[in-house]
Amino acid sequence: MNFKLKIWRQPNQKTAGEFHDYAASNIPAEASFLEMLDIVNEGLAEGNEDPIAFDSDCREGICGMCSLVINGIPHGPGKAKTTCQLYMRRFQDGDTIWIEPFRAAPFPVVKDLVVDRSAFDRIIESGGYITARTGSAPEANSVPIGKPIADLAMEAAACIGCGACVAACPNSSAMLFVGAKVSHLGLLPQGQPERKSRAHNMVRAMDELGFGNCTNHYECEAVCPAEINRTFISRLNREYRKAAVREAVAVTVDE
Amino acid sequence: MALATVPPTRVKRFSANPFIAFYQSSIGKKIIVAVSGLYLIFFVTGHLLGNLEIYLGQDHLNAYANLLQQLGPILWAERIILLSAVVVHIVATIQLTIENQAAKPKKYAVSKPQSSTLASRTMIYTGLLVICFVVYHLLQFTLMWTNPEYRNLHDELGRHDVYHMVILGFRQPLISLFYAAAIFFLATHLSHGFESVTQTLGINNRRIGRFISNGGRWLSWLIFAGYVSIPITILLGLIK
Ligand code: HEM
Ligand code: SF4
Ligand code: FES
Repeated sequence: MNFKLKIWRQPNQKTAGEFHDYAASNIPAEASFLEMLDIVNEGLAEGNEDPIAFDSDCREGICGMCSLVINGIPHGPGKAKTTCQLYMRRFQDGDTIWIEPFRAAPFPVVKDLVVDRSAFDRIIESGGYITARTGSAPEANSVPIGKPIADLAMEAAACIGCGACVAACPNSSAMLFVGAKVSHLGLLPQGQPERKSRAHNMVRAMDELGFGNCTNHYECEAVCPAEINRTFISRLNREYRKAAVREAVAVTVDE
Repeated sequence: MALATVPPTRVKRFSANPFIAFYQSSIGKKIIVAVSGLYLIFFVTGHLLGNLEIYLGQDHLNAYANLLQQLGPILWAERIILLSAVVVHIVATIQLTIENQAAKPKKYAVSKPQSSTLASRTMIYTGLLVICFVVYHLLQFTLMWTNPEYRNLHDELGRHDVYHMVILGFRQPLISLFYAAAIFFLATHLSHGFESVTQTLGINNRRIGRFISNGGRWLSWLIFAGYVSIPITILLGLIK
């Protein structure tokens, strides 16, 4: 298969970028999108040109490292998959494909299609953890968890932290990501000690880092490879509202 | 998960006062928008039910308008709450919009919305159009600055003749058209707003989600039909 590519090239965070045209020729239909870029990069390297920088790691949809906005959609066309799970057979021979980096103020471009998503790490540090002692796990059956709760927590825990939700959101809101983390930890008994402060602290970190405000467009849900549901945002709003009331009536928010 | 280069900058600082900090937070501001928006929905619905009394005839509508005037302090309390809700709603949504634009400094060359709607993307514009209309609406029917002659309309019982004022007002096709357009923008605003409130206040869930979003859309267009029926029936000469 052959494609015309329009790819965002930007030497570094400080320098302005622009779109460059590339031709991707003789691409097997079973190649993944990233493999297609690998083939293009081999051609560039042979011609002594700077290869196109993009992120990837596991290439099987579990690590959350790959990104890219393909023809206007983070992780490209199709539901519930990452860019590394997108195959060229989804496109028509001769298609023009626009490839852009994730765009959001808190995700600055590092080079070409690579963005710095460490703002997510800062959010996790602010509350995405539990204070269990390691090495002394209780006997599994001594902590009973109802099946519906376990399923719901598991659903939220499927978030791979890729940042597509932020990329898709017109406001660069991180509410789906934070909603997933707050729900997954807050639903389980192990996450109870910090439950009261978690939503408060993670939302504050998210706001301080410059992520936007959710206006309920649900673009995030549509592109999320883990199919995190919008109702986890509703749950986050609920947790936050309760934390705010607690703080306002001066019941201490534990740090 | 992430490739670190420079530590991300904190672009926002929070006050130590929990009330100020609540307003500064994204969810806090949104809760305030939702609560004020909900109050405005109640007002818009109540106002519609009052207006529909026009179909019960001159006596009914004038008696209702007269009753409102007699409420005195209660009317003023309601007006003050309403005005505060409007001011808070506008100030908070403008701040949210500015922050949201700052969070997306560079737009995509190709944009393909997957689930947002024209209504959800234009909330700030439909809102601002509605408030422009409200100002004119107050000048016309409440303060009667645009049409001072309305002040001299009285019915047999000596009450202000609201019934004829409305009919005179809407007999002008341009006024009616302007009014219908404003109600259209209001309904568009609400078709996203209804559902949005339940999400922002954290009461949305999987069981009621679809019901709320469809129900909200139906209610919005029902409100549209209710309001717009008045100038239409007047222009068709069904109410004189
Ligand atoms: C009668 C008048 C109005 C009614 C009934 C109304 C109602 C609502 C409701 C129910 C919401 C949803 C709140 C939420 O997201 O939870 C909303 C959102 C919004 N309103 Fe209004 N509104 C009115 C006037 C205005 C005006 C005058 C503006 C102009 C600035 C405005 C701008 C907005 C914006 C930008 C949002 C989106 C905020 C967000 O989603 O976070 N509204 N409105
Ligand atoms: S919520 Fe979905 S889109 Fe957002 S970071 Fe997690 S997996 Fe990625
Ligand atoms: S490279 Fe790991 S999810 Fe795509």
